[in-house]
Amino acid sequence: MTAADSQGLKQRGRSPFSRGGRAAIVAWAFILPAFAFYTVFVLVPVAMSIYYSTLRWDGIGKAQFRGLSNYLVVLTESDFLQILGNAFQLVAYFTIIPVAIGLGVASTIRNHLGGRFGATARTVLFIPQVIPLVAAGIAWSWMLASNGVVNQVLQLIGLGGITRGWLGDFDFALPAVGLIGAWVLLGLCTMLLVTGIARIDPSLYEAAKIDGASPWDEFRWITLPGLRQEIGVCVTVTVIAALASFDIVYIATGGGPGIQTTVPGLEIYRLAFAHRQVGLASALAVVLMLLVIVCVLPIQWLTRQQK
Amino acid sequence: MAAPSCGAAPVVLNSYFETGFPLPTELSKEFTKQFPNVTFNIKEDLFANLMENSPRVLAGDNPPDLIRLPSISDLVKDSLLKNLDDYATAFGWDKYPPAQLAQNRVADGGSPRGEGSLYAMGLNYSMTGVFYNKALAAKVGMTKPPETVAEFEDLMAKAKAAKVPPIIIWNKPVVGLTFPLQNLMGSFGDPGAVNNWIFQRQGATIDTPANLTASQHLEQWIKAGYFQDDINSVDYATAMSRFIGGQGLFLFDGDWESGNFDKQMAGNVGFFLMPPAAAGGKHAAMSAPLTYGIGANAKNADCAAFFLNWVATNPEARKIDVAVGGSNPGGPVDLALPAVTPGSVTEQTLNAGTVIAKDNGAMDFIANATGAIYAEGWTPELQKMVGARQTADGLLKAVQAEYTKELSR
Repeated sequence: MTAADSQGLKQRGRSPFSRGGRAAIVAWAFILPAFAFYTVFVLVPVAMSIYYSTLRWDGIGKAQFRGLSNYLVVLTESDFLQILGNAFQLVAYFTIIPVAIGLGVASTIRNHLGGRFGATARTVLFIPQVIPLVAAGIAWSWMLASNGVVNQVLQLIGLGGITRGWLGDFDFALPAVGLIGAWVLLGLCTMLLVTGIARIDPSLYEAAKIDGASPWDEFRWITLPGLRQEIGVCVTVTVIAALASFDIVYIATGGGPGIQTTVPGLEIYRLAFAHRQVGLASALAVVLMLLVIVCVLPIQWLTRQQK
Repeated sequence: MAAPSCGAAPVVLNSYFETGFPLPTELSKEFTKQFPNVTFNIKEDLFANLMENSPRVLAGDNPPDLIRLPSISDLVKDSLLKNLDDYATAFGWDKYPPAQLAQNRVADGGSPRGEGSLYAMGLNYSMTGVFYNKALAAKVGMTKPPETVAEFEDLMAKAKAAKVPPIIIWNKPVVGLTFPLQNLMGSFGDPGAVNNWIFQRQGATIDTPANLTASQHLEQWIKAGYFQDDINSVDYATAMSRFIGGQGLFLFDGDWESGNFDKQMAGNVGFFLMPPAAAGGKHAAMSAPLTYGIGANAKNADCAAFFLNWVATNPEARKIDVAVGGSNPGGPVDLALPAVTPGSVTEQTLNAGTVIAKDNGAMDFIANATGAIYAEGWTPELQKMVGARQTADGLLKAVQAEYTKELSR
């Protein structure tokens, strides 16, 4: 090593420090606008909601401090518990059905991805994702009405005895809303899973075939592990969609009959804007946020663990 | 004091109206024709949005001069509405029949309603009752409107037997069953007691023996199949198209539909007030003003008040009120009602107003008792009753519990 070299090393040894300081400033300059937006539109509203949740306030007049009493109401009144329970029931429809069907479709069209069939199938299955939720809600409430397409088909195949106004029926309203959500979310899940399956090395499937693996074995030991991350994303997005659902329920049932399909999102909106109980609405919103985090964190953790 | 006016300088009335109801806009056009210096800057919203937005709009920088008010108690509590007492004196509104203004009076602090200062005026005064399809009525042998509840129920039984759906109603996303229920309350009990509950007077309860009888009749109508079994999934528009399409005999509704029915079912529709329990008894009906108020900090309050007075007293305005709105224009007792087509259902609903005034049977809507009682009380509980998950007695107890809870919060 020459003296010049060692001099250079020394300089290099020092300069990364000062360059690091500059880099940090540059990094902060890039982060700051996004962070400012995040603060203004996420952190501050969350903090305000938490503050409001301790008040009795109609949104305009004088507020009274109420401590945690709003939380006590949310967590003890049977109506609120049923409303939270409804959201968890929706998870079954919003998550399990689209992910299961999406996996089935992805496995089926795996060999035809490039062809016209694959492209058509993907487009058809993705269409619900493009339709606004409100439009989907309206269209489905017509189809599920007592003289709607669903009942007409049932009558045609000799099941006239079970026809009813599905969205107004105490036993079937929530499943009906769940199926609308499943239909909407199916497109997203299929798209993600089909894209994911295309990334799995085809030689794995070939090797499995040579070893005499059945289609089920291929699915169980190649497709499923290969799609773990995509499944993680699908489950996360759909669980949040179920727990924080609003539009489909608002349009299709308005929360009825009774409170059979009322979900936290709808109740928060009603409490805050129709009933003008901003404190109670905020408490329910905070509880909902915590529930979403509690449900989604383990999913995130599981999918990250396996990386 | 000289009555306030719009003056001669140009005025733009900042207005917030309800979407789907052309009456205020038609009135504003006629007003501008008569007073060219006054124009209207009109913003519209659906009723539900109005309900949610009105406090914020009134509290904002540019509060409306004229605003359609879904409910006034909370707004008075937050000092968002102009007290109209001085205008009432100046224009002579205080000489109108007291019942006309009562629903727009609120005591200091926002409760009870029905007494205290005046905070709004009605553009007109709606009347509710029972519309019927004349062709179907003939089919089931109904020759004249029923005179007692028993006769009414007998007609429904006949209709059911003749495979004519007896009653068309909507029950989603908010219930229509409050209409027959409250009509039954008026038949079996004192409408004043129902008003006391709606106005939040001390000690008032909805859970009374008379109301229980009413609730039991409604439950029995449901069990007898007088309503179609899918009503929990039927909205207002669907119910309207069913009735206009001749799919049912009776419809509980208000005179805001009279003009519509006269057009779409001309000659085939009639109206009667809910009959009393016993023959010759008094009639009662839900009746409410089409409420408009003035923002507490409105810039053109005088002109807005002048407009409200003009609506009640100007012959041309009263004509529009009836022709477009379908309801009684109210105003001073000595002013004649505008002429309407003889034999029309509009004529029948207007005449019904005279009967209710004579019997002192006007009730506000039980859905208006508190801001949330409709969505949190009546709607879920009556939907449950349709699904056989709530009883007549349980309904009143559940709604009363919700009422108490809301007033205590």
